[in-house]
Amino acid sequence: MLQGKAHKFGDSISTDHIIPGRYAHLRSNLPELAKHVLEDADVNFVKKVKPGDFVVGGNNFGLGSSREHAPLVIKMAGVSAILAKSVARIFFRNAINLGLPVLICDTDKINEGDELEIDLTAGTVRDKTNGNMLTTGKIPEVMLKILNEGGLIPYIQKHGDIKV
Amino acid sequence: MGKTITEKILSEKSGTDAKAGDIVIARVDLTFVQDTTGPLTVRQYQTSGMGKLTNAQRTVLFIDHAAPSPNANLSNDHILLRDFSTQSGCILSEAGDGVCHQIVAEAYARPGDVVVGADSHTVTAGGLGAFATGMGSSDVAVAMGLGKNWFRVPETFKIEVTGDFQKGVYPKDLILHLIGQIGADGATYKSLEFSGSAVKKMSMSSRFTIANMAVEAGAKVGLFAADETTQKYLKAEGRSNDYKPLAADADATYEKTIKIDAQKLEPTVSKPHTVDNTALARELKGTKIQQVVIGTCTNGRLEDLVVAAGILKGKKTAKTVRLIIAPASRKILLEAIEKGYIKTLVESGAMILPPGCGPCLGVHMGALGDGEACLSTANRNFEGRMGNPKSFIYLGSPATAAASALKGEITDPREVM
Repeated sequence: MLQGKAHKFGDSISTDHIIPGRYAHLRSNLPELAKHVLEDADVNFVKKVKPGDFVVGGNNFGLGSSREHAPLVIKMAGVSAILAKSVARIFFRNAINLGLPVLICDTDKINEGDELEIDLTAGTVRDKTNGNMLTTGKIPEVMLKILNEGGLIPYIQKHGDIKV
Repeated sequence: MGKTITEKILSEKSGTDAKAGDIVIARVDLTFVQDTTGPLTVRQYQTSGMGKLTNAQRTVLFIDHAAPSPNANLSNDHILLRDFSTQSGCILSEAGDGVCHQIVAEAYARPGDVVVGADSHTVTAGGLGAFATGMGSSDVAVAMGLGKNWFRVPETFKIEVTGDFQKGVYPKDLILHLIGQIGADGATYKSLEFSGSAVKKMSMSSRFTIANMAVEAGAKVGLFAADETTQKYLKAEGRSNDYKPLAADADATYEKTIKIDAQKLEPTVSKPHTVDNTALARELKGTKIQQVVIGTCTNGRLEDLVVAAGILKGKKTAKTVRLIIAPASRKILLEAIEKGYIKTLVESGAMILPPGCGPCLGVHMGALGDGEACLSTANRNFEGRMGNPKSFIYLGSPATAAASALKGEITDPREVM
C-alpha cells in the first residue's frame, strides 16, 4: 500500500519539463540533476515533494525524449508512483524499468494536495481527501515482473535473461 | 492472413507468427546510444553483469548531442564513452561525424532490421524499412548484452498519401499536418506505415524526415516499404548488399487508414509549445522571430540545404535574425561544401555549426534569450527545449525556415520562391 500527497500537473508534461537539455551536463551527477526535477512545470515542486508522494499528470505524460533520467529524477525526489490519464510509450517503459510504477486512471478526480492511498495489487487509488475510489489500468504481465524485481537491471541481475 | 511491415519484421526476428497485440522477444540487429543517454546506458550495462556485448560491431556510441563539448562535465561523459568503446570493442562515432540517426541511415540500418537506440528519434531509420524504435538506457543496455529485448507488436495506422506536392510544400509539411490532425498522442504505441503514390515518389531524405517525426504523434515506429528508391540509396552509400525488398501484404490488417491528398497541403508550422499545435505558415505572417535553425536529424540533409540555398541565393537574411545551419553529418557537410551550397548560405548571412544536433535540445550553441522566438526545422518545440523556458519555438520546413530568415518573421515560402 502506497500513501502520500498528490502533486498535480496538466496535460503534455514533456521530458523537457521534467529534466531539460540545458542540464545535460549534470546527467552523470544525479544528485545535482535531481534538484531540477520538473522545474519547468512547477519551480517549487522539488521543495514541496515529500518521500512517498505522487506525481499526478493529465494526458500524454512524459512525451518526448527517451532520456531515462526523466523518471529517474522523479524517483530520486522520493515519488512512489506516477498517475496520469495517459502516458507516452518510452517514458512508461523507462519508469517501470526503474521500478517506478505508472498508473493510468482518471486523474481529473484528484486535486492538488489530496492524500492518496494506492493498492498496486488491487489496482485502486483511494483519494482520502474527497473520498473518490479510482480503478487503474492494467500493466502488462512482462512489465509487472520487471516492476516486482525493482526494475529491469535488477531483473537481469537475478535472471540473466529476459522472458515473456 | 496478411501482415503489416511491422508484423513481418517482428515475426522474423522473434521466430513467431507475430500479430498486433502480441508480446514477443525479438532479436535486435543494431543498438546505439548517444552522448546524453550513453553514460547511463554504460553504467546500467556494467551494473547488470551481462559481460561481453552480443555484437560489438553492431553496437555504436555516438557523440553528437554536445559536439564539440561545451563544458568539462560533458567532456568527461565523452571520455566515458570513448573508454567503453575501447574496452568493449564497439564502434565510436566521434564529435563532428554527425547526428546518430543520420549516420545510422547512411551506414548501419538495413531493411528488415530491428534497431534499438537510446534516443526517441531512432524511428528515423524506419524510412528505409527498419523496425527502429527509441528506448531508454536500461532497455538499450539489455539489447546490447543479450542481443534481444521484448516488444509489444503495435497495431498499425496506414497513412496513404496521394497527389503531388505543390511548389513550396514538402514532406515536412505533410508530417506536421498529420500530427496536427491526429494529435501528439494520436498514435501512442502504434506503428505508422506510409504508402500511396506520393510516398512511392518520395526521396529517401523525405522519408527520413517523415519517419523521424512519427514519435511526435506518440508512435513506436514510422515505416516505409523498402523499394527501388531504398535500393538506389543503399547502393550510393556503398551498401548494395544490405538491400532487400520489404512491403506490407495487400491484405494486411490496419487499425485505421488515414488518407492525405498532398496536393491540398500548404506550408505548415507547429506553434509553441506542442508539435500538434499547427497552423498554416501564411496564417502566422507577421510573427517576429530572432533565430532560424536549419538542420537536425529531421531536416539537416543535403536536399534540405539545397532548398534553403535556393531561396537564399544572392539575398541577405534580415538584420534581426540569426540563421544557424547544422548539417546532419560530415558527409552532408562535405557535399554541401563541394557543391557550393555552404558558400551560398554563408554569403546570405548564415553561420555553420559542426555536424551534430546543434541547438535543437538546448545543450549548447544557439540557446534562446528571454521572450525570443525561433523558427526551426527540428522535430520538437516543447517549453524550454532550446535552453530557455521563456522562449518560443516554431517548427517548419527548410523552405519556410529560409523564407522566414529573409523576412525576419514567419513567412510562407511561396512568397519568395
